[in-house]
Amino acid sequence: MLNYTIRRLVLSIPTLLFIALVIFLLLELAPGDPMGQMPLTIPDDVKQRMREALGLGEPWYTRFYLWLYQFFIVEPQYWIDGIFGTNFADGAQRIISFQSRSPVFDTIAERLPQTLWVVGMSYVVGVAIALPIGIISAYKQYSVFDQAGTFVSMIGFSVPPFFSGVLVIVIFSVQLGWLPSIYDTTHQVVDWETFKFQLQQMIMPVMVLALQTTAQVSRYMRASMLDNLGQDYVRTARAKGMSESVVVMRHVLRNSMIPVVTVIALGIPSIFGGAIITEQVFKVNGLGQLLILALQGADIPMVMTITFLLAVLIVLMNLIADILYGVLDPRIRYD
Amino acid sequence: MPDGAMPVLDVRDLKTVFQTRGGEVHAVNDVSFALRPGELLGVVGESGSGKSVTMMSLLGLLPSPPADVRDGQVMFGGKDLLKVSMDELRAVRGGEIGFVFQDPMTSLNPVYTVGFQLMEPLRKHMGMNKRQAAKRAQELLELVGIPDARRRLDDYPHQFSGGMRQRVMIAIALACDPKVLIADEPTTALDVTIQAQILELMKELRDKLGMAVIWITHDLGVIAGIADRVMVMYAGQVVEHAPVKELFGNPQHPYTRALLKTIPSIAGERAARLTIIEGQPPIMGAAPSACPFRDRCDVAFERCAHENPPRYDVGHGHDTACFFDARTGAPRDA
Ligand SMILES: Nc1ncnc2c1ncn2[C@@H]1O[C@H](COP(=O)(O)OP(=O)(O)O)[C@@H](O)[C@H]1O
Ligand SMILES: [Mg+2]
Repeated sequence: MLNYTIRRLVLSIPTLLFIALVIFLLLELAPGDPMGQMPLTIPDDVKQRMREALGLGEPWYTRFYLWLYQFFIVEPQYWIDGIFGTNFADGAQRIISFQSRSPVFDTIAERLPQTLWVVGMSYVVGVAIALPIGIISAYKQYSVFDQAGTFVSMIGFSVPPFFSGVLVIVIFSVQLGWLPSIYDTTHQVVDWETFKFQLQQMIMPVMVLALQTTAQVSRYMRASMLDNLGQDYVRTARAKGMSESVVVMRHVLRNSMIPVVTVIALGIPSIFGGAIITEQVFKVNGLGQLLILALQGADIPMVMTITFLLAVLIVLMNLIADILYGVLDPRIRYD
Repeated sequence: MPDGAMPVLDVRDLKTVFQTRGGEVHAVNDVSFALRPGELLGVVGESGSGKSVTMMSLLGLLPSPPADVRDGQVMFGGKDLLKVSMDELRAVRGGEIGFVFQDPMTSLNPVYTVGFQLMEPLRKHMGMNKRQAAKRAQELLELVGIPDARRRLDDYPHQFSGGMRQRVMIAIALACDPKVLIADEPTTALDVTIQAQILELMKELRDKLGMAVIWITHDLGVIAGIADRVMVMYAGQVVEHAPVKELFGNPQHPYTRALLKTIPSIAGERAARLTIIEGQPPIMGAAPSACPFRDRCDVAFERCAHENPPRYDVGHGHDTACFFDARTGAPRDA
């Protein structure tokens, strides 16, 4: 298993380099000018000099190499320096945002907690709700519970978050006035009252995102459970006199979780994608919002870095999914 | 064994119906039989004749819906298994009645070790702790002839061959010293040499442990070698039932006679498939109101199309469900 993991990690390096190249070239081809947002009164030749100051005068491969160097060498050095108080980086140039002129990773580090709170929490909540729904729906197939579950996941699948988000804002913030409609990112949790407020402002975005997760994961769970409930080994377990709870929670569940765990791991990157829209709707200034603003401002280093981090996350989650598969299913041996 | 001994298992008028989209399927129609202590009862019949459904109905192992065990009595240990509580039924399953299924490749849970699956019933029914159960599990694997038993307890099912897996299944079924072992075509999925080994093992175990066995097969050749009595099933009914010598020497039902003809006479050659009999067994959409075999029968006459024959006693512990009397060569009196 360790061998396999190391081999996969090594193999993922060329994959990631290729992805980086593709993202970079796509951004090169995309229209958009970092000076586009500048006032029209600035003369063209000044703008041109500003572009050159941003490094845009260099050929694309030089800039790509520079970005790679900064991403893989300089930034980790700063990171290590930050932790251990060393001085590996020695003042090397970091990846700088065109818009804010500050290091891209500093901005990301600022925005990440908000996204993790909302996105991470929604994923945990979504999965936690989905698993029991899937299990019960399969065990009581075609029951009222199953039908209700099917209906809810249909809604989760078909209603996009920009609609459900606005809908819950209209109902719970505007009409009922129970919950704040804008996520206050400066809010600090210090005591019980502030914790309650944090919960209140998280409920809507978390639920809107969780609905999607629940819809998908519960369907997978249900299908996988149904697959396994019909297997011969289930009959064997019953013929041994095992109780229904042992049959379902020990024998069927363990087998059913194998494909579902993969789906859960692979779903983590895409939930970040979903967060881009939800963060816009609820005005959460997390990574999603950062990416949108960077796109609008043609802030290439920022867009490049965030997109690439997502790619890293996808590759990583693929690896984790494969490893978990091997851990859960004794029939799979990688070495 | 004496004929008069109290049966360990006494099944009366068992009726099982499946509710399907296309209507009802009457899979088991008024099946009655008794199993005496220590005997081996063979159950034969073409595929689809209701053998498995009958046995699974006894222990409530059919998924419901679609299955509905509508009627009948299953007397075991002074209780009707169709009426007892779920807890009582679970104590019987795997405790007093062991079950071996047809396909050893899919009947074990792929994600748990063989030892774990073997210890489950021991801990549940015999109240053993982990150490005791592990010790007994090792003994059981040795009993069914698995070499290096101690180490193999930690192996997963996929690390065993088909024949070895079936031995594991037998070990699981025997774990709690059952009074009855039901083996549903335990050798059908295995290749011929392995079949012979498993058969040999079963004979040996039965002599050693003395439990009663119900052995389901569609291979009359197998039955001839091991059974004390034989029950022939067709369309969810018992059409003939007799001690093994009597059945082979003096078959009464036209279906049994047709089955016997499909066994090649050259000794040692494998029995031909039963489907050599012309036609298909019917799927029963309703309770039978006529003889289900009449379309494929060479002695059928008018009455067979109007009435379903009851089981006629023909002496020597032998009965047959046919209006035509093979001894006289003429229809029975109405
Ligand atoms: N789940 C089911 N739904 C509907 N019909 C079934 C089901 N299982 C079995 N049957 C019917 O019951 C009959 C007997 O099946 P079975 O007992 O498996 O036959 P055997 O074991 O003798 O080969 C068959 O005709 C089959 O169509
Ligand atoms: Mg069968």
